[in-house]
Amino acid sequence: MEEMKDIRQDFYVNMGPQHPSTHGVLRIVLRVEGEKVISSETVLGYAHRGVEKMAESKTYVQMMPVMDRFDYVSSMLYEWAYVGAMERALGIAPPERAEFIRVIMGELNRMASHFLWVGAFLLDLGAFTPFLWVFDARERILDMFEEVTGQRMTNNYFKVGGVHYDITSEFMKMLNDFLKMIHERMQDVEVLIESIIFLERVKDLGFITKEDVLNYGLSGPVARGSGVFIDTRKTEPYSVYDRINFEIPLGTRGDCYDRYRVRMQEILQSAKIIEQAVEMLPEGPYTEKAPKIVKLPEGEYYFAVESARGLLGVYLLSDGSTKPYRFKLRVPSFANLSIIDKLLPGNKISDVVAILGSIDIVVPEIDR
Amino acid sequence: MELTSLLNTFLGKVIISVAGVMVVFTFNALIAVWLERKISGHIQLRLGPMEVGPHGLLQSAADGLKLICKEIITPQGVDKKLFGVAPYMVFFPSLLMFIVIPFSDRLQVQDLNIGLLYFFSISCIATIGIFMAGWASNNKYSLMGAVRSIAQSIAYEIPIILSILNIVVLTQSLKLSEIVKAQSNMWFIIPQFVPFIIYLISAIAELNRTPFDIPEAESELVAGFHTEYSGMRFAIFFMAEYTNMFLVSAMATTLFLGGWNGPLLPPIVWFFIKTYAIVFIIIWVRWTFPRLRPDQLMNFCWKFLTPLALINLLVTTFILKLF
Repeated sequence: MEEMKDIRQDFYVNMGPQHPSTHGVLRIVLRVEGEKVISSETVLGYAHRGVEKMAESKTYVQMMPVMDRFDYVSSMLYEWAYVGAMERALGIAPPERAEFIRVIMGELNRMASHFLWVGAFLLDLGAFTPFLWVFDARERILDMFEEVTGQRMTNNYFKVGGVHYDITSEFMKMLNDFLKMIHERMQDVEVLIESIIFLERVKDLGFITKEDVLNYGLSGPVARGSGVFIDTRKTEPYSVYDRINFEIPLGTRGDCYDRYRVRMQEILQSAKIIEQAVEMLPEGPYTEKAPKIVKLPEGEYYFAVESARGLLGVYLLSDGSTKPYRFKLRVPSFANLSIIDKLLPGNKISDVVAILGSIDIVVPEIDR
Repeated sequence: MELTSLLNTFLGKVIISVAGVMVVFTFNALIAVWLERKISGHIQLRLGPMEVGPHGLLQSAADGLKLICKEIITPQGVDKKLFGVAPYMVFFPSLLMFIVIPFSDRLQVQDLNIGLLYFFSISCIATIGIFMAGWASNNKYSLMGAVRSIAQSIAYEIPIILSILNIVVLTQSLKLSEIVKAQSNMWFIIPQFVPFIIYLISAIAELNRTPFDIPEAESELVAGFHTEYSGMRFAIFFMAEYTNMFLVSAMATTLFLGGWNGPLLPPIVWFFIKTYAIVFIIIWVRWTFPRLRPDQLMNFCWKFLTPLALINLLVTTFILKLF
């Protein structure tokens, strides 16, 4: 028996940075015993480009397109946070119409991001078909973006004082068609996804308690899946969200299934928000007159929006010049990922991808 | 005259059989891959291959040509002999399994007395090939895939054998031609529906296909046991997989769907219709469900399928004894 103890049964598996389900270049070093994970260590930095430092040598306007490239699946929400911080500093309020256009675009982008997540999550679990079913819906959103902004993903659409282009009648037609089909499509997707195998895989897996949510600073669907009411759109309403009637879906148990349910319901809630915003959309200018060269007055500015992944904050420290003295992002993926090393031990290797998938990370956002 | 006499010798028979098997083998690999891509495409709101040939019919041939042209890469640190032999260890059993398949009342390479036993014993050899591939690759993902494959094969052999034992009990024969003839009045799927389902589930597990594709689970183990394989060696794994899919479907046809029995159409046409219907179901299942976790897979086999198959066998023998 003594000799047996000396034989090490555990070994290390290097998951990533090149791995199909680490969603980019994330690396997780797993110590496993057979299929069981004993401990894990997350290694970051493979997509680090030093963008926060780079921002200090670029003017505020030059930084605008770079904001799209952190979280490339919900880029508009990133633009919103950055533009919001600058508008707060300059004391500019965008016109009504611009605010509603921003809400429509932001919610569409949240839907696109959640669609991508649903597809990728099921891909992690080994089902290929839901990926393409939701991509069909996501493709329609990207087509709408292309119609208005000229770009499908990195839109560079928001600007200080409003948006770059007005929405077109063609866009409104596409949007109406989309809103009509979305409920039916979501039902189809749910029927396809929620097979008994899926439920067996994701239920009672990767519990996050309410205490953990607060201790680790989690936000977004990950926090709401555990039943914690954190949503910047409700708790600190920005733009016109206080005038729109919508609900925040909450989970009860905090397992992977709850996080999945929360995101699926959020897609429908986003559709509800868009429907209201379209109805309330006023006529008028879509942009306010704003200075060509943005110079923020000296001081610290912070603006937070609810990105598709959680609380996204932009912090700007200005010395009064055309460039920020310090530029800092509070990104949701980074905080949400921090709990992964607590969730993984004790689970099987197959569950690693399920838990990681349920957290919904975007690596360029984490590494910046 | 000389040709016919040559064909009647033993050697002639062997040559014709090998040629025939190779034709069916190649034809099936091309058709099954094309079918899979087309069916998956239509399930996923897209068209699948459309460019090469009408409706992409020649796509598999083009892909095959590409794979043949690729360089054979042997990674550093692998066990070269095992690494090279492994694909053939997976490939040859599937060729050998063709020998006993009764394509029609007259078209069968060798009607062995123990045809059924032969088929399922040969099919087990492929698992050794998979383990060799995983072991020789010098890659942790491959090794884990190989270990999973062994566990899965051992587990799912048992419900398969238990479910086909029902057929053996009914016909009192292991000879496949006799099993088919016994179904001329009624297909065995009607009295033996539960074993058919058990067989189908276990067969999908034996094939390592979704939802039981844990040995090559691409989102967990990159590509499992064939992570390090490329070019022709990968193509051989690939072809073996699709051949095995055809073979288990052919066996399901023979055992449960009445084999080549059927009205109007010639027997061989009936055989292929039924076989590809099963192939279609297997493809359909693959593109619908997510993957099971290895421990759930084991639980499902040992705690549900095996007892169910046992109970079914008990009931079958009991009823047979009564009447």
